[in-house]
Amino acid sequence: MPKTAAEYRGEVKPIWCPGCGDFAVLAALQRSLAAQELDPSKLVICSGIGCSGRTPAFVKCYGFHGVHGRVLPTAMGVKLANPELTVIAVGGDGDGLAIGGGHFPHACRRNVDITYLMLDNNIYGLTKGQFSPTSLLSETTSSTPYGNIEAELDPILLAITYNATFVARAFSGVPAQMTSLITQAMQHKGFSFIQVISPCLTFAYPYDYYSPKTKMIPEDHDPTDRMKALQLAMDREALYIGLFYHNPDAPDFSAKLDALKEKASQRGKGDIQSILARFE
Amino acid sequence: MAKDIVVRVAGEGGEGVISTGELLTKALARSSLRIFAFQTYPAEIKGGPAMFQVRAAPHELFSHGEQADVLVAFNAEAWELHHTILKPDGVVLYDPAEMPSIDGRVASYAVPLSEISAKQIGVKLTKNVVALGAIGKLVGLPLEPLVSVIQDKWGRKGEGVVAKNLEALRAGYNYIAEHVPAPIYSIPESKEGRWLVLKGNQAIAIGATAAGCRYYAGYPITPASDILEWMAANLPRFDGIVLQTEDEIAALASCIGASFAGKKAMTATSGPGISLMVELIGLASMAEIPVVIVDAQRGGPSTGMPTKTEQGDLGLAVFGSHGDAPRIVLAPANVEDCLFTTIQAFNLAEKYQLPVIILTDQYLAQRTESIPYPDLDSVEIVNRKTPTPEDILDGYKRYKITEDGVSPMALPGMPDALYVADGLEHDEWGHPNLTPANHRRMSQKRFRKLEFASRESGFVRIYGSPEASIGVVGWGSTFGPIREAVEEANKRGVRVAALHTNMVYPLPEKELSEFLAPLKSVIVPELNYTGQFAVLLKSRFCKDFHQLNKVEGLPFSSVEILEKILEVANA
Repeated sequence: MPKTAAEYRGEVKPIWCPGCGDFAVLAALQRSLAAQELDPSKLVICSGIGCSGRTPAFVKCYGFHGVHGRVLPTAMGVKLANPELTVIAVGGDGDGLAIGGGHFPHACRRNVDITYLMLDNNIYGLTKGQFSPTSLLSETTSSTPYGNIEAELDPILLAITYNATFVARAFSGVPAQMTSLITQAMQHKGFSFIQVISPCLTFAYPYDYYSPKTKMIPEDHDPTDRMKALQLAMDREALYIGLFYHNPDAPDFSAKLDALKEKASQRGKGDIQSILARFE
Repeated sequence: MAKDIVVRVAGEGGEGVISTGELLTKALARSSLRIFAFQTYPAEIKGGPAMFQVRAAPHELFSHGEQADVLVAFNAEAWELHHTILKPDGVVLYDPAEMPSIDGRVASYAVPLSEISAKQIGVKLTKNVVALGAIGKLVGLPLEPLVSVIQDKWGRKGEGVVAKNLEALRAGYNYIAEHVPAPIYSIPESKEGRWLVLKGNQAIAIGATAAGCRYYAGYPITPASDILEWMAANLPRFDGIVLQTEDEIAALASCIGASFAGKKAMTATSGPGISLMVELIGLASMAEIPVVIVDAQRGGPSTGMPTKTEQGDLGLAVFGSHGDAPRIVLAPANVEDCLFTTIQAFNLAEKYQLPVIILTDQYLAQRTESIPYPDLDSVEIVNRKTPTPEDILDGYKRYKITEDGVSPMALPGMPDALYVADGLEHDEWGHPNLTPANHRRMSQKRFRKLEFASRESGFVRIYGSPEASIGVVGWGSTFGPIREAVEEANKRGVRVAALHTNMVYPLPEKELSEFLAPLKSVIVPELNYTGQFAVLLKSRFCKDFHQLNKVEGLPFSSVEILEKILEVANA
């Protein structure tokens, strides 16, 4: 079993731009895996399309690099098919909030036991700098030459209101906290969501654009208080990082499916011959 | 050949037309008759005209019949809409509360359905069961099979409900006994054969379950929703998982994820849904993941005609993807096929590790047939090839180049066989690789699977005259009317041969080329405007193809096909 973060490296070398925030996420993820001593053959990392979508190949694990925007339903299928697997979904802000935005609420409300890392760089990096759903109003990008006229989405607010049971924000500039949050998220039984502020130095903002805005969530914040979590998320004075919301008691989807199977089996265990007989 | 009988029940949607027809169908099948039934639903949620037609005979049937021996008109509108279907010696049953008399020259019996159910039985809702009793007696059914279908239908609701319905049944039955001199049909005495009475959609769901499908995800859509509902009720009892997802994209994405993790997975949809799935079909093809997709076709494009039948999705099923994305497309010809073709679909998906699309249509998905009791124990179930210890000894190649294009597929959880399933072009190890030689080699690898699949046996029916110079090539649900037309033409001395294929892509080239070789003219009947299957045939074979295309949202009648055969024969 791998013991160090380095031993969780995949066979492919990262292709990200120098200084990309995604390097910090990859390192934090590998450190977290090492801390948990997770068996790589029981780990599946699914990804969407975009810079962050290349993550599975860089980690020692089973990976699934699928199509743009569909990482959440794909990861859900993997987890439900084999609940013994640890499943992580990785995607960007465009992948998860634009093209795949329709899946986010449903992944949250189903509470499938997967960890979703949204690597948010406020831009479309792989396609070279078009605005994303988290790009700021008025920002000039390659597809908004006269300034962005669309208001940005806040994935933390969305996740909390969609009934996600673990909602956190991390920042590539604070890697130790990110490692800890990833571990907590993976330990959470249910759907865990981490928005990672992962700077795109090539097309969006550098680390020091974010650093002054970020602020640790106060230690006295009670993460089981959903209203307080919303208030923190809505605070425009600071970009809070840490655990906003945590509901450890909600049954995860596999538990609910097991209960459903139990209920269904009260009508008799499945048997093809007796089913055929019903149609005679 | 012994005589058949055709009964059409028509009325307002929601007043029991369909349930009367379904119960009658089952009772006829329990009297050892083969049956073929078809229904039309109104597009309205409640109300609007509904129709159920059942044909029964002591031999196999290929269509629901062109004309009716019995028309049951629940209201005046039903009579107006359907009276032309009656044979000259046909009989109409009607409710005098709905219309005072039948204006026409046909034999008619006024059966006071509303009055009997309201006054004698005291439950207005039993009107359709009164009608069932009346029809049953009229066509010569004994009471016993009618009683048994009622007991099965309402048994769970308790003895009181069963008793009320039996009372209604007998009231209708006795009314006819008293007012009609003799039944118009005599049920043959044969007690041979055990039949199942199934709809196409039910047969597909049962076939999938028998094939080992344990993950189903879908989004409601007409005319495929029955499969989702059947699976939701039954698959959890097999320790399976059923999800109604937020859209068809999520349905297929989650099926692909589940199959990647080792479960046999299926989704079912109709045209608008499979349009949304196209990108993921390419992913399953590229990442080489087994998955089964059912498309119960309806009139298209766009929202089209949701409750009407068409074969217009063939082109999309065969070619729908950017890039070249090999897949297999199957099309069952009847309800029995729906069961076995679905098992074959899973077997092929597992064997070749690719998406398999099953094309049915509203005429097949929602029609009812009696099928011979299936012997599922003797059906082979294929599971995907997984790596042996030798395969992983020197580094596991998930996409290893092999003679038949199939590489051993590791499942997450297996030690030492880690890989990334990738929609990006990749090399044998699964590592992204966009070099010219690699893309060529991997495209060849993926397409080699189709060369092997096209030689799979058990997908072609050939019948008709061996000395024919005219042939008919068909696919999918048009089998019945084509078969009837070919038989009739041969009876009339026009020699015609027919080939019907359940595998429409890749084409079964050997069988097709041998079949086509001696023929002068080939008719290709299809329920679409452009002749999508004819286009496929023309791309591989040089023949004098005659397209017969119908786009009315309705199935072919055998007469339409016969006329085309005669036209080509006389040309």
